[in-house]
Amino acid sequence: MKHTWAMAIDLDRCTGCGACVVACNAENNIPTVGEVEAGKSRLMHWIRVNRYWEGEFPEAQAIYLPIPCMQCERAPCELVCPVYATYHNEDGLNAMVYNRCIGTRYCANNCPYSVRAFNWYDYKWEKPLDEQLSPDLTVRSRGVMEKCTFCIQRIRRAKETAAEEGREIRDGDVVPACVQTCPPGAMLFGDLADPHSEITRKLKDPRRFRLMEHLGTEPRVVYLKRQKGAGR
Amino acid sequence: MSAEAPRADVHHLAQTDEAAMFERLSRSNLVTTWKWYLGVAAAGAVLLWGVIVFLYMAMVGMGVTGYNRPVFWGLYEASLVFWIGLSHSGTLISAILRLTHATWRAPVLRGAEAMTAFTLVVGGLIPIIHLGRNWRVYYALPYPSSRELWPNMRSPLMWDAMAITTYLIGSLTFLYVGMIPDLALLRDKSAGWRKRFYSALSLGFRGTHAQWRRYHVASTLFAILIIPIAVSVHSIVSWDFAMAKVPGWHSTIFAPYFVVGAIFSGIAAILVLMIVFRKVFHLERYLKLIHFNYLSVLLLVMSLLWFYFTFSEYLTSYYGHEPNEMRVFWYKFSGAFAPYFWTMVTCNFLVPLILLSNRKTRTIPGILIASISVIIGMWLERLIIVVPSLANPRLPYPTGIYIPSHTEWMLFLGGVSVFILGYMMFARFFPVISVWEIQEGRQESAKTVTERITSYMPDPQPRYTGSMENE
Repeated sequence: MKHTWAMAIDLDRCTGCGACVVACNAENNIPTVGEVEAGKSRLMHWIRVNRYWEGEFPEAQAIYLPIPCMQCERAPCELVCPVYATYHNEDGLNAMVYNRCIGTRYCANNCPYSVRAFNWYDYKWEKPLDEQLSPDLTVRSRGVMEKCTFCIQRIRRAKETAAEEGREIRDGDVVPACVQTCPPGAMLFGDLADPHSEITRKLKDPRRFRLMEHLGTEPRVVYLKRQKGAGR
Repeated sequence: MSAEAPRADVHHLAQTDEAAMFERLSRSNLVTTWKWYLGVAAAGAVLLWGVIVFLYMAMVGMGVTGYNRPVFWGLYEASLVFWIGLSHSGTLISAILRLTHATWRAPVLRGAEAMTAFTLVVGGLIPIIHLGRNWRVYYALPYPSSRELWPNMRSPLMWDAMAITTYLIGSLTFLYVGMIPDLALLRDKSAGWRKRFYSALSLGFRGTHAQWRRYHVASTLFAILIIPIAVSVHSIVSWDFAMAKVPGWHSTIFAPYFVVGAIFSGIAAILVLMIVFRKVFHLERYLKLIHFNYLSVLLLVMSLLWFYFTFSEYLTSYYGHEPNEMRVFWYKFSGAFAPYFWTMVTCNFLVPLILLSNRKTRTIPGILIASISVIIGMWLERLIIVVPSLANPRLPYPTGIYIPSHTEWMLFLGGVSVFILGYMMFARFFPVISVWEIQEGRQESAKTVTERITSYMPDPQPRYTGSMENE
């Protein structure tokens, strides 16, 4: 069965707490670069929370916009990679083959959402932090590009489990780390190919929009617009 | 052949007129001065340091550069465009001058063609240097791997790799074919290992009538074929940027703009090289003021063209006033890159315009200043194209500032020293000025020009015979 994985992010619920960023770092073996490197704008985060201000003090309000990889249907990054290190996989995901990447960094330049991160060094996990590395995915070496994969290791595991049990994947079998962690439940992950899934229903909401839709990238991450009014 | 009697007081090579000229033009092959060794040692030391810096970068990671999250490309890519740009003029100008039968071309050609070859060598190294995993560069080659995976031909980087390779092979062939008669001359006039070396390289060229005829056909063909390659190469280099969905890059004007910029910087580089040659090899009798005058007028024209392209490019983005484009625009005009931007405009437009449009300042020192100014300006232009667009991505975070580190600067200087070393080695083994073309020019030019001018003249009126019968 073909899947159309998608993510919905409800901006009404997002509080900008950053738990998704932490969860993602823990799940995906993302290095912590340290103060100096962060100052050089070399954070490795696969998801970031952009903050916008609306209105003037004292009525100023912050709007938070979590930005993972959009998993574009027409991904600009895939076109420009000379070695097919980033490509569209059978699930329609925008996959990244670390072993194939030669580090031209062209994909990162061509990403309108700036979600790609480059391994500037071979990052080290000091003992005992190396114990927390997930065995499900590679620790990337220096010189390769990486980005949010929609926790592809969890998708694979869910598929394997379903196959072992001789059934189709059920809605809710796959939950990426950020979605699992989100305290206010602003994020939702699911299969748009399944007409009865929660995300299919959720995305009928008229508040839905996709980031920079005019660029024609057809993102798989859909936002639900923040509403104004009393109590919000 | 001159029938003069041999004279005892001069070098045996300089006993005839032709041989004297040959001796002068190939002087750099015969005498090795301490200055040559000093130059090679200095350039070699810089290169060695560059190699060490490169190996360190490859072993530790790209983190030793100034690159960061939105600015993934910087000085390496700017230098790539710069070097490929310099390479442009050599072969292209030489081909155009050959095809248009510009009779003054002879002393300019060889130096220009050799410049193309060496700048391309440097330019061709950069795509490998700038990779995060240089040791995996062969993944980009179309070889039958066990994974049955070929490179992605949709990627402009692949077009780029192919274009640069084609151009490198093409211009090396062009340079070599242009040298064959001179190599034959060198073979005839040398001894020892040089004799064997030149015999092998001259491919049995003996200067018979049939050989010359074929040679002329071949060089005309090469000249015609190399022009579209040259134009396409820089268009493709521009498409590395123009194909990306990046504000300030995604522009249809980029291909012709880059080609113009390339020819512009290339002519400036040829002029600098010619001035250096003239000084070092005492070639005042061959590289005359008129050559510099012609080329500097061409430089002036290219400067105006460059300004026109720059103006059209920025006017279009300003008028469209698209917010993302405007952030890049203001970043260049009044933001962090304003000092570089306005220096570029001064170097590329004001300085050449003032110095070269005035006959009083269109002298060798004036031309040298204008050319160096253009080279600096065009280098800045490449940096201004690469960095500001990346530093201002569509979403406000992450934004970045780019400050090149010691690594990038050393590798740039390493590239310069590869170029200098290549040229010095070239001058040791081959005549830096085409001997056969000067000879041919001496023998043929006056006749050719007279014939050509006669052909411009109005045809003589048929004599009035007094009757209308013939009509």
